[in-house]
Amino acid sequence: MLEIRNLHANVDGNEILRGIDLKVNAGEVHAIMGPNGSGKSTLAHVLAGRDGYEVTAGEVIYEGKDLLAMPPEDRAREGVFLAFQYPVEIPGVSNMYFLRAALNAVRKHRGLDEIDAMDFLKMVREKMKLLDMDNTMMNRAVNEGFSGGEKKRNEIFQMAVLEPRLAILDETDSGLDIDALKIVAGGINALRSPDRAIILVTHYQRLLNYVVPDFVHVLSDGRIVKSGGKELALELEQKGYGWIEASAQPVRGVSS
Amino acid sequence: MSAKANTIESLVSREYKYGFVTEIETESVPPGLNEEIIRTISARKNEPEFMLEWRLNAYRHWASLERAQAEPKWANVHYPPIDYQSIVYYSAPKTKKDRPKSLDEVDPELLRTYEKLGIPLREQEILAGVAVDAVFDSVSVATTFKEKLAELGIIFCSFSEAVQEHPELVKKYLGSVVPYTDNFFAALNSAVFSDGSFVYVPKGVRCPMELSTYFRINAQNTGQFERTLIIADEGAYVSYLEGCTAPMRDENQLHAAVVELVALDNATIKYSTVQNWYPGDKEGRGGIYNFVTKRGKCLGKNSMISWTQVETGSAITWKYPSCILMGDNSVGEFYSVALTNNYQQADTGTKMIHIGKNTRSTIISKGISAGRGQNTYRGMVKITKSAEGARNYSQCDSLLLGDKCGAHTFPYLEVKNSTAQVEHEATTSKIGEDQIFYFRQRGLSTEDAVSMIVNGFCKQVFRELPMEFAVEAQKLLGVSLEGSVG
Repeated sequence: MLEIRNLHANVDGNEILRGIDLKVNAGEVHAIMGPNGSGKSTLAHVLAGRDGYEVTAGEVIYEGKDLLAMPPEDRAREGVFLAFQYPVEIPGVSNMYFLRAALNAVRKHRGLDEIDAMDFLKMVREKMKLLDMDNTMMNRAVNEGFSGGEKKRNEIFQMAVLEPRLAILDETDSGLDIDALKIVAGGINALRSPDRAIILVTHYQRLLNYVVPDFVHVLSDGRIVKSGGKELALELEQKGYGWIEASAQPVRGVSS
Repeated sequence: MSAKANTIESLVSREYKYGFVTEIETESVPPGLNEEIIRTISARKNEPEFMLEWRLNAYRHWASLERAQAEPKWANVHYPPIDYQSIVYYSAPKTKKDRPKSLDEVDPELLRTYEKLGIPLREQEILAGVAVDAVFDSVSVATTFKEKLAELGIIFCSFSEAVQEHPELVKKYLGSVVPYTDNFFAALNSAVFSDGSFVYVPKGVRCPMELSTYFRINAQNTGQFERTLIIADEGAYVSYLEGCTAPMRDENQLHAAVVELVALDNATIKYSTVQNWYPGDKEGRGGIYNFVTKRGKCLGKNSMISWTQVETGSAITWKYPSCILMGDNSVGEFYSVALTNNYQQADTGTKMIHIGKNTRSTIISKGISAGRGQNTYRGMVKITKSAEGARNYSQCDSLLLGDKCGAHTFPYLEVKNSTAQVEHEATTSKIGEDQIFYFRQRGLSTEDAVSMIVNGFCKQVFRELPMEFAVEAQKLLGVSLEGSVG
């Protein structure tokens, strides 16, 4: 589904990604871990197409297409979803209206009719149960006045409605208390499916207790320095990132 | 990155789609202003003596102001001096007779113009439920639905006709809210105004449809000086809308209108404006100078006057639709969206003058600046000694698109009664690239993002507009911010 080859990227002239190789197949969950400043969020943003991230080398093939050539909205319409680490507030635009516009943009791209208001409402109600969301959240402005936990929950809720093929979750666990973490993890698990891939970008192993990954990659200084199964996350938790940074040779990413 | 994002900057260039000129024969007076011109205008309109007197007094007052300092200079707008002697003060489409008696006598070319503008003049447009008085350059061309309204005793006609048919009402109320001594442009308008709309809603009558005026400046070097007077008698209700467009021309054209509203006991007047005069081109050439005095008087107890304006056009806008709250328990409201793009300048706001007991006022102002536009809110809340228990709530929000535009807020508060409650809130925000990216990551284009954010920002004002005009206003904002994004 996704193949990243030798990806290099700069932010403000500094090289942050220094040759990432990663292959992700449909149905897999990959965790990308690493210390602060290792390039985890940069990788997420480059894949989503954010301005200000300059790709200097390498390529990203998504479903056989050149992902980096597409503007961000086309990537989204093709099924790439980014759950933001810091979701922005959009005053005056209701969550409901925003989400329906987004869903219809995706549907239009796929040659489907716009969803009618009643069907949308029905679908939204179902997905809200999944994340234990309050009805009033739909009528509030997008993320406005939401607590940190509510914002993160709202991101996963949007993912549930938009049903992406590739979901990239950027530090979705940060700022969540244990109850909220369980709810969010439950939502993510419910969205695991054989034709969907998920990339979890996280600093801590905590989320991985609830969403068990198929592969774990450790990012350090803009490269994937170690890859393994779910037990790698536990090992990291015990030994810290210093252990990897000191000992590991750069490895080419795993292929599955 | 190969997928380069469209910036907000590239979004906010616009096309003005009402910039066509109608080829039509006109009768004009020579340019310039003197007593002779005023006598000519008054004579052409076959006005009674009291009108001529009033015009001449206004002219003399204006001339004294002009000698002293010309127009006031306190507004936060900049433009070269206006040569008042180069303006044509009266221009009318030529007709076979003095005035068209029915739509059939109106020049078909003129009707086509209004069709292009989407203004339904024909009564077959009954479904739209809007009665329209259309003002082309200086004269009122046609008023639809007149007979139907007359059955209810409602008078809706051109100002010229009101002077002929209802001189007692004109004499009683003309200048009672905005006297000709009020300000420079009000004096100029009083001297030379050529037409406008007149509405009288009798006691206890609720006007069953939206009344509407459509203004258009067509002729070159012409000023438009219309005058609107609306009177709602005891217990009456009326909702009124005006819209405006003009052709694209390189030079600036002056528009100095006066609107007066009078609400008696328990009466309500809602006045909505969608102003889309030609704003000038991208380099700031041409465009309308929109220097307007609008004021309503809540004369009776429990009366209410509500102003809603959506200002997207004009090179310079200078207007403060205001309410004088005289009657006890009377209510004044001002809801405004003002958008400035390219080199447009707007200095707009309101005055709420509380005189009666328990009077209440609400001000909601939304300023949007894009390009190099400058947007100023200027508002006064005055609570006089007699205004026991008066209350005001003001909210002024500014939204910036890009980093070359400006937003300014000048609130003036004057409170002389200690029982009054006055609240003022103001915010300034910017559409951020991170907000745009959030929309795009969810599959929405930059254009949709800006439009949704701007419409969300204006929601409080749009919901005050009559339904069909709210839709129109949303579209207009979309067009005004539309650009090269595909």
